[in-house]
Amino acid sequence: MTLSGLGDGLNARLRTFLQGLALPVVLLLLWEGAGRAELLPAGILPAPSTVLKTWEEWAFGSGGFGLNPYSGTWFDTVLFSARRVVQGFFWACVAGVPLGIWIGWSALAARSIDPLIQGLRPIPITAWLPFSIALFGIRDMGAVFLIALGAFYPILINATYGARDVGRNLIRAAQMMGASDRDLVLRVVFPNALPAIFTGMRLGLGVAWTAVIVAEIVAVKSGLGYVLWDAYYVGRMDVVLADMVSIGLAGFLSDRLMLLVQARVLHWRTLSRG
Amino acid sequence: MTTAANAVEMSGIEKTYAGRNPVTALSDVDLAVGDGEFVALLGPSGCGKSTLLNIVAGFEQPTAGSLRIDGGPPRRPGPDRAVVFQESALFPWLTVRDNVTFGPRIQRHKRGSFEQEAQRTIDLVGLGGFEDHYPDQLSGGMKQRVGIARCLLMQPKLFLMDEPFGALDAQTRLQMQELLLHVWETLKRTVIFITHDIDEAILLADTVYVMSARPGRIRSRNPVDLPRPRDVDMLTDSTFNALRRDILRQIREEAGKPETLGRM
Repeated sequence: MTLSGLGDGLNARLRTFLQGLALPVVLLLLWEGAGRAELLPAGILPAPSTVLKTWEEWAFGSGGFGLNPYSGTWFDTVLFSARRVVQGFFWACVAGVPLGIWIGWSALAARSIDPLIQGLRPIPITAWLPFSIALFGIRDMGAVFLIALGAFYPILINATYGARDVGRNLIRAAQMMGASDRDLVLRVVFPNALPAIFTGMRLGLGVAWTAVIVAEIVAVKSGLGYVLWDAYYVGRMDVVLADMVSIGLAGFLSDRLMLLVQARVLHWRTLSRG
Repeated sequence: MTTAANAVEMSGIEKTYAGRNPVTALSDVDLAVGDGEFVALLGPSGCGKSTLLNIVAGFEQPTAGSLRIDGGPPRRPGPDRAVVFQESALFPWLTVRDNVTFGPRIQRHKRGSFEQEAQRTIDLVGLGGFEDHYPDQLSGGMKQRVGIARCLLMQPKLFLMDEPFGALDAQTRLQMQELLLHVWETLKRTVIFITHDIDEAILLADTVYVMSARPGRIRSRNPVDLPRPRDVDMLTDSTFNALRRDILRQIREEAGKPETLGRM
């Protein structure tokens, strides 16, 4: 590729990026304009500039006294939620990956475990809320349980698929080189399932952010979900909107992080023919 | 040709796949492969030749008949019987070097004990400089070179090759055939080579067995009287062509039509 060709590629990417940015910017401007012209009920839909100001106060304000109890608490709030997501996601991986590999590899495991999981899966995590609160009380454990449960299914199902997907000749090749069943699982089935496992983990991470908000609204007294509902109750829609944007941002960034890890681990997949 | 030194001995091998419509893939197969002999099994697709190879490799069990490998009963698949697959069957997440050394590594051999030999083998099959490449970065012919290298490193008693060059273009196939001739003539190990290409069978093998289809049987045994070392120039040799005509005639008689096999 020539240097100018490289520049063209960069220009094309920039153009694509700007094209994607146009619609959101236009909508934001319309929204801002409508807000300033007092066409919108400010108590329900505050203008973007108000939301931004609120977020600034929330993030960098000093002390949470008086009329603004949120002032300066944004980082702590995000950390509360992120910690729960990380914990729940961790346990979902610890349980989902080995179990999925096992179900995908062993016909016996598939026959004996899969029906139970397929039977439980249609119960949405929101339906688990009362049970979770009854079991763990209004504590972190309840939220972590819900997040882990929600992220568990996509991770498990994709790991199962990835393990089942291993080519017969790959297994045979390993066997003729002297692989034991243990070698087959650890050195053939598992690496073969890794791309699918990453797909499952990305889906699971998305579910984890959904689950943490639900759990914090109902079952714990901190984090982005708690602030979201609390702010709604006291009529602070500016905080609600800033909170929503924060959740989206956190989900987006964690997915990007996941993609980075994936690109590193699966580097053999991203190489083009040389 | 049945002697005590046979590497593989089959008698009355039968393979039927159960099901609503049972399929008999092999019926009453008798075959003796001498120690150090290069045997080609030639037959149209669906004649059960891959099934036969899988039985020798230990991947599948015969429904009836007896199989002896090195005078003993067949054991589970293992490094004494190396297999080169048609679709290379390399691990895409491992580099060329790690694919080649997969065998010794899972057998917990010390790295120092096979590292040099692995490099020699990689150089021998012409992959020097590609040690750190991944399979997706290689052409079809190069992948088959990796598949052959990992088998060579295992130093097996028996090489089983299941149409290893079947998916390659004509020119690459000739290169690979020359490579295999060169390697085999230095090692002199027992080989069972499966192909549907008459030229390939004659060029490589000491003995060509022609198989018939549905159910698969051994139709004829054809010793190849070409001197070693061989090279691809022999493809135009008169002895070569005489044998080629003879085998083609057998196949025509068998199939009743001329286009059943062969690449011409």
